[in-house]
Amino acid sequence: MLKRLRENKSAQGTLLISPTLIVMIGLLIIPLILTLIVSFGQRSPDGNVIYSFSLDNYIRLAGFSTDCTGGASFCFNPLYAQILWRSLALAFNTTVLVIALAYPLAYFIARAHPKRRTTFLFLVLIPLWTNFVIRVYAWMMLLRKEGVINIILGWIMGLLRIPFTPLEMLYTPGAVLVGMVYEFLPFMILPIYTSLEKIDNSLYEAAADLGANSIRTLLRVTLPLSMPGVVAGTILVFIPVMGTFIVSDILGGRQVILVGNLIQRQFLDARDPTFGSAASLILMVLTLIVTYFYTRKFGFGEEIVVA
Amino acid sequence: MNPFRRSPFVLFAAMLVYVFLYLPIFVLVLYSFNASRTNVVFTGFISQTGSQVVMDGSNVVQSPCGAFHWYCELSKNKDVTNAAKNTLTIAVVATIISTIVGTMAALALQRYNFKLRPFSQLSLYIPIVIPEIVMGIGILTLFSQLFGWINNALNLEGASRLTLGLGTVIVSHIAFMIPFVTLVVQARLQGFDKAYEEAAMDLGANEWTTFQRVTFPMILPGVLSGALLAFTLSLDDFVITFFTNGPGSTTLPIYVYGLLRRIITPQVNALSTVWIALVFFTVLLLQWIQNREQK
Repeated sequence: MLKRLRENKSAQGTLLISPTLIVMIGLLIIPLILTLIVSFGQRSPDGNVIYSFSLDNYIRLAGFSTDCTGGASFCFNPLYAQILWRSLALAFNTTVLVIALAYPLAYFIARAHPKRRTTFLFLVLIPLWTNFVIRVYAWMMLLRKEGVINIILGWIMGLLRIPFTPLEMLYTPGAVLVGMVYEFLPFMILPIYTSLEKIDNSLYEAAADLGANSIRTLLRVTLPLSMPGVVAGTILVFIPVMGTFIVSDILGGRQVILVGNLIQRQFLDARDPTFGSAASLILMVLTLIVTYFYTRKFGFGEEIVVA
Repeated sequence: MNPFRRSPFVLFAAMLVYVFLYLPIFVLVLYSFNASRTNVVFTGFISQTGSQVVMDGSNVVQSPCGAFHWYCELSKNKDVTNAAKNTLTIAVVATIISTIVGTMAALALQRYNFKLRPFSQLSLYIPIVIPEIVMGIGILTLFSQLFGWINNALNLEGASRLTLGLGTVIVSHIAFMIPFVTLVVQARLQGFDKAYEEAAMDLGANEWTTFQRVTFPMILPGVLSGALLAFTLSLDDFVITFFTNGPGSTTLPIYVYGLLRRIITPQVNALSTVWIALVFFTVLLLQWIQNREQK
């Protein structure tokens, strides 16, 4: 038997992959199927799942309800559609802002002297590796009414002799946006840097020799050649922003509810796993659709492995 | 033309982004030395004259540890030491297992042809393209349904009932770490020529010897960086741990999150500072090793 295995390449490969496959099927594919089954179920009064085939959760997500104020038997409230839309818009805005901030820095590092490049990269890795929760907390300290930003603003206004009342920045949509941008910025810098670093210097020289000015070089050489990095970074930023609930929880208070918060609450406070499962499937389908169309347009960057 | 020439605009923008990246970290560290217990306003440093903790309102004026008062408090905090122990246990166990399993998968995908290969490769991309929360609640649903069913079927009572805990967290971490290890090792395997292995076999080495003497030394850097990536992902993980931990298996990120929703003292800042310092020295060490390897 051992001898047969030694000669059978295909069996060897299957043997090597089998632990991974067992884990992937057991802890990824089966849970996804289970989520689908649960999403068609109904909630029992004690918060458990009654298996059935009902579309109630999806109808509720779409905004239709039979539990209406004023005694109507049927009503429409696009609350959940709004939450989904808000999450999509926030993920889009975060991604755009992150690209705008990451690109100049990545370019700066890629064009720096090779000796200094390691140091500049090192400075990006420290915030990246600092824990996610700790980084949100840091923004809490900056943004609150007595926080550092208000202190600095008050000091500047004092010098200019302009009366200043501290700004209410914490627990606003803006705070959540800033927090998201801060959290995911390093994930964009690294892939863009990787693709920029690959660009041969002779290409810049050729562009200059052929009379292109710096803006033309940027538009015709640098940007197109760094697109794989931007695409990989977008995937690394957009998908997690869609599902994150800590940033909105800590910096948005109860004001900014995203689809992640909605799902989390179904599994903790509200205790309705069936509705939470339906919401999480919708979230998954939404991100898959966006990623599919995005990567079909721009390709799936191999830089994704780097970060 | 100087290839390292840069426009003042790029330099300025880059410096601004660095300030944006480091201002929060700086504030975090500064406030860990705050005399104010409520930690809302920075009221100054704590002095060390005297051996007693002297309080003035909510400010700590004197402490035997001086400015490092909150670090002393931190080291006495049982919840923190427990959470740190859990975090490390989970990370070490899950890293060892996922590195072995993930490396095997990378070898299979890169060096062998078998029926399930396309499906296996595709399944590895799933954790990257679906939000972590979807995976988290999927695994939570699996465990709670499975455990409920087993507990009922075997009539388990009290302490012997299956519940969420260290075990479920470790298993879930292994599941999301394997794809990252596999992809990193695969990238390394792609980079080197199969001819080396074939040459070893031609010279009479069997498969195991070839692996031991040729393949493994060549992929070792890839395996190590995969393991390191897995380790940091595990230390850092919040979402999956949040849904799969139970009583007694709180990790540091979960503990900090819990604190943020209640009362915040400069202890949280002290904890964050220790964490950032550890990250700093780890990255420094890695860069040093990498530089040495290149030379």
